[in-house]
Amino acid sequence: MRFMMLMIPKGYEKAKAGGMPDAKVVAEMMRYNKSLQQAGVLLALDGLHPPSMGARISFSGGEPLVTDGPFSEAKEVIGGYWMIQVRSKQEAIEWACRCPGSEEFVIEIRQVQEMADFPPDVQQAAAGFPELQLGRGPA
Amino acid sequence: MTRDPYRAIEAVWRIESAKLIAALARRVGDVGLAEDFAQEALLRALEQWPETGIPDNPGAWLMTTAKRRAIDHFRRHQRLERRHEQFARESELQQELAAADLEVAMDDDIGDDLLRLIFVACHPCLSMEAHVALTLRLLAGLTTEEIARGFLIPEATVAQRIVRAKRTLAAARVPFELPRRAEFASRLRSVLQVIYLIFNEGYTATTGDDWMRPALCEEALRLGRILAELVPEEPEVHGLVALMEIQASRLRARASPVGEPVLLLDQDRGVWDQLLIHRGLVALERARVLGRVPGQNLLQAEIAACHARAQTAAETDWNRILVLYDMLIEVAPSPVAKLNRAVALAMATGPAAGLESIDALVAEPSLRNYHLLPAVRGDLLRKLGRLEEARAEFERAASLTRNARERELLRTRAAECQKGIG
Repeated sequence: MRFMMLMIPKGYEKAKAGGMPDAKVVAEMMRYNKSLQQAGVLLALDGLHPPSMGARISFSGGEPLVTDGPFSEAKEVIGGYWMIQVRSKQEAIEWACRCPGSEEFVIEIRQVQEMADFPPDVQQAAAGFPELQLGRGPA
Repeated sequence: MTRDPYRAIEAVWRIESAKLIAALARRVGDVGLAEDFAQEALLRALEQWPETGIPDNPGAWLMTTAKRRAIDHFRRHQRLERRHEQFARESELQQELAAADLEVAMDDDIGDDLLRLIFVACHPCLSMEAHVALTLRLLAGLTTEEIARGFLIPEATVAQRIVRAKRTLAAARVPFELPRRAEFASRLRSVLQVIYLIFNEGYTATTGDDWMRPALCEEALRLGRILAELVPEEPEVHGLVALMEIQASRLRARASPVGEPVLLLDQDRGVWDQLLIHRGLVALERARVLGRVPGQNLLQAEIAACHARAQTAAETDWNRILVLYDMLIEVAPSPVAKLNRAVALAMATGPAAGLESIDALVAEPSLRNYHLLPAVRGDLLRKLGRLEEARAEFERAASLTRNARERELLRTRAAECQKGIG
């Protein structure tokens, strides 16, 4: 099964564009990423620019409404993610516990939905939308 | 800390067991003993962690505990004739235990130890079945029960295979070391075969099977990815990883919602897993930049990649696939590869040429009962409008396959030909 480990940095909702993390922190994080790779569990990872460089699109009354970041109402935002492949939620938790953590961020674990998680009618509906990356099998 | 200790221990074991067994095996010189000590450490964890909580570095805790068990064992079992050797091992272990920075010492050569463990599990003195069982047990951390469920065999059979394999390794005094340069390539080839066999066992699982069967694909991929980091200079390892990633990308497209097999060219490419395809192509690139003559895994992965790159079946570059099959037959000649080449030839230049090429294979003894030969022949005959012959071939293919759903599919094709004849 796949899990996303979502990195939620404190205060990232207000971070200015172009702010860069500390080199020492990055080096430590790279060691951790390497350990995930060497264990064969890492599928993908990315870091995200702060919301001040992004935009939100809401749909009030069905019409798209674009708001540029930062978003005053957001309490916490995602700063990056790892996609890992493990055998259980506990294994995902165990990997997250090994992250060189600090007060500066929280990691949230979320399982990726697979086709088998849904009842047949939903599976059938989803089958009409191939862009939806829902897996029926493993891997 | 609100981690459920029992579940956490299971997860820690999953992550640490191979490293633990590998590091211990180098020190005690016996894979079976090493696993025993690791298991004893696990039992200790099950007793203690629920009360003390999970240690900050669970891997190091398990390692220290296992080493203490090893020292106890050597003290209890000192036999006269091997006393000297065992004394040396015991004092080495004690020095390590005394070393302040155990964790660092442990991480240093863990990669080499893991690699040694893989090679020992796939040692030529053992059967293929033993290779698979030992690899899944020692490297993937699967239980005997899980292996049995994955391979649809009784648990006692798996347990026996593992016990016997360990005994054979001990009796043959197989050293815990990497193969010598002269035999490295052939030993690596058999490791890759074991991993691919595990993958295929999962890949052939059908809807309704125990989930442990398709999970074997994930286990094989994990093993392949680990190996690719251990020997990044070996193009065939990246080739196998690429092949497995790309094949796994089609897992959800290869059966219809009711479980009927869907052939590659009929699959809905929209549900192919793009993340795995991307990973497969990256692995191919890692192999390519090493600049060596491509081996069979790499060539098979290149062929798989041709399909993965084509947005629609019609866009498939059959000429390139044909060239790749020629190269594959050169390095690893096999009747099945020749059959696949004939299909590629038919797709590239037309059914008549393909048929001619297949007819040359009909006499091949190893293909005599291979259902895909008449199935492919039937397909080409149908395209040429020779429906009566096509029908007979589909019937023959249906009588040869052991897969019930596939048989149904072939019978349907035969019936379609019959209808065409009118």
